[in-house]
Amino acid sequence: MSSPVRTLLVWCPDWPVIAIEIVAGIPARAPVAVLHAGRVVACSPAARAAGVARGLRKREAQSRCPELVVTEHDPGRDARAFEPVVAAVEQVVAGVEVVRPGACALAVRGPARYFGSEQRAAERIVEQVAQECGVEAQAGVADGVFAAGLAARAGRIVPPGQTRVFLSGMDAHSLDRPELTGLLRRLGVRTLGEFAALPAGDVLTRFGFDAALAHRFAAGLDERPLAVRRPPLELAVEEDYEEPIERVDVAAFAARALAEQLHERLAGHGLACTRLRIEAVTAHGQELARSWRHDGLLSAAAITDRVRWQLEGWLTRKSGPTAGIWRLRLVPDGVVVHAGLQPGLWGESGGGRERAHRAFARVQGLLGPESVLAAVLRGGRSPGDQVRLVPWGDERVAEPAAPWPGQLPVPAPATVVPEPAPVAVYDAQDRPVTVNARLAISAAPARLAIEDAPPVEIAGWAGPWPVDERWWAPGEARRQARFQVGLVDGRALLLALSAGEWTVEAVYD
Amino acid sequence: MAALEVVAGSTGPVSLPGVRRASDLHEAVAAGGVDRLLPMTPELLPLLPAGGLRRGSTVSVTPGTSSLVPALLAGVSASGAWSAVVGMPSLGILAAAQAGVALERLALVPNPGPEWPAVVAALLDGVDVVVVATPGPVTGRVASRLSARARQRGGVLMPYGRWAGADLTLTAERGVWEGLGTGRGRLRHRELTITTRGRGAAGRPRSVRVQLPGPTGRLAAVSAASRPALTVIAGEAA
Repeated sequence: MSSPVRTLLVWCPDWPVIAIEIVAGIPARAPVAVLHAGRVVACSPAARAAGVARGLRKREAQSRCPELVVTEHDPGRDARAFEPVVAAVEQVVAGVEVVRPGACALAVRGPARYFGSEQRAAERIVEQVAQECGVEAQAGVADGVFAAGLAARAGRIVPPGQTRVFLSGMDAHSLDRPELTGLLRRLGVRTLGEFAALPAGDVLTRFGFDAALAHRFAAGLDERPLAVRRPPLELAVEEDYEEPIERVDVAAFAARALAEQLHERLAGHGLACTRLRIEAVTAHGQELARSWRHDGLLSAAAITDRVRWQLEGWLTRKSGPTAGIWRLRLVPDGVVVHAGLQPGLWGESGGGRERAHRAFARVQGLLGPESVLAAVLRGGRSPGDQVRLVPWGDERVAEPAAPWPGQLPVPAPATVVPEPAPVAVYDAQDRPVTVNARLAISAAPARLAIEDAPPVEIAGWAGPWPVDERWWAPGEARRQARFQVGLVDGRALLLALSAGEWTVEAVYD
Repeated sequence: MAALEVVAGSTGPVSLPGVRRASDLHEAVAAGGVDRLLPMTPELLPLLPAGGLRRGSTVSVTPGTSSLVPALLAGVSASGAWSAVVGMPSLGILAAAQAGVALERLALVPNPGPEWPAVVAALLDGVDVVVVATPGPVTGRVASRLSARARQRGGVLMPYGRWAGADLTLTAERGVWEGLGTGRGRLRHRELTITTRGRGAAGRPRSVRVQLPGPTGRLAAVSAASRPALTVIAGEAA
């Protein structure tokens, strides 16, 4: 059996309180308490001085310290705030394990040799954390992570082989297992040394596996190796150009090198990207960024093409950059594990699809990703509502079929006017036609005048077909009566009457 | 010169499968064989001298009947071809879907802006049919350049508007809607006549009477009862 690893543990006291100061800006000097499930889990020194302690109820804590600031416990916030601390420690030493937000451990053998002694290594790390993050930390060294944690609380460096002695005087509470320590207390076992003196086999049979693990900790036999954190991969590639790029062919050349570099880096990690963000900075400081989406996975050639089209679009556009590009950066988004790509045998995945997608991506390069659209059908009542346009390459989520009472009958109009045009509808006596709240029409429509054009006789009409949509949402509510109208000159229109105003919604042409 | 109007329908003498007039045969050979043809809805075949939409050709559609565009796209899209529509922000997509256009193979560029010729040229590289509604009149140079691009790439350029040098021009007269009464009924289908005029050997006008849209939204043949007898119409060379 291997002996426990010499471990240095960096501990930031009252981390949930410090995290609140970092994230929310509530000063940790003031009395602050963090609550979880109605009980205090952490508090600031000021609050502790006023009598607030862990485990108190909110009301009790507030009665002891009336000016107490109370916040809810958020493990995500603690972890986010701790990230810079870990990064600061990683600048000095390698191989850091985050034990929990507020504590990180590392094997001290290497740093101790590098800095001269364990003492100096601990001092250097605490100093680094204070300088980089402005966070107060304590360090402790012992054999094993559990003992190192207790040593850090005491701010001690336990000499090698002395860990068991150091632990034996500790209170059993430090195991952080309230149920077990309560039980041990009633059995008369108060310190870790007394607990460690119990036979290991009996502890396992009487108290179960978790207690057996705690028993090993208490005996200073914490031989679990450190789970060293791997720093997140840096996948983005960027390059600065001394001569700003003004011409498309130069840009294409630059893009090719950069794209291959990115692809190599991705392939080295066994990854592929499904989205690509191209960022460029011009010599005048303009920043241009655009994301490219792709159904399939982007190959090196595909990345090169996209970067080239992108730059062509920027450099040739009239409202384009005022100066050449001096920095290019490619950031892969939507990174997935590259499991190889199997082209389809039939249908859409053929060569025609590939060619068409390249053409669409080119136009997206010229005009922007939102310029080429794909249409998806969905539910709705008016012909415009039943179509959703998404940028080409975006996911097309099909909506489940549902009945839509009040949908217009088939065939649909071939022209849907984007901005409904106002129109005047008159009856045989040249009075405007209206529809009342009970959908009774004032008179049969006889003539229709679109904007300033002379009136045209109506040959046939049908309606009113009421629509009363989204009445529960004030900004989106729509209440109208629709009519199909055929004119004597052969035209057929879809009219809508809403709040007394007639409009042409669509043309059956 | 007078021409017979060709009537749509399976019993028409010319639309029998495998039967062609000698003049059609000549055009099909000139077009480079059947591989160079995009399939078309059977009802519209009598309009196309080559017996399909010839790859590399420019087929313009006279504005006024926008439902003709989805009807033509539906014919080619059923066979797996890709299409793009440039500069038609008001095209009824629902009508296109009802007409039979496969929306998963249709791309829309509603607002190409002043750079529309570059957009059309880029699309012709990879898309089988490109419909373009131009914002204004097209100069002869731009028109011939894009037509040449289509010829070179084997795509079909389908301008929705006047186009100098189009191989074929399709015009639909304003038809008659059925189904609308006074205060009742609904628009059910429309009957109209589509006419093509072309250049050179395709100069003889051809026309066909169809339901556009039919009762389901698709282009449909005119039912036997309402089909007119053969009529002689005045023809003129383009």
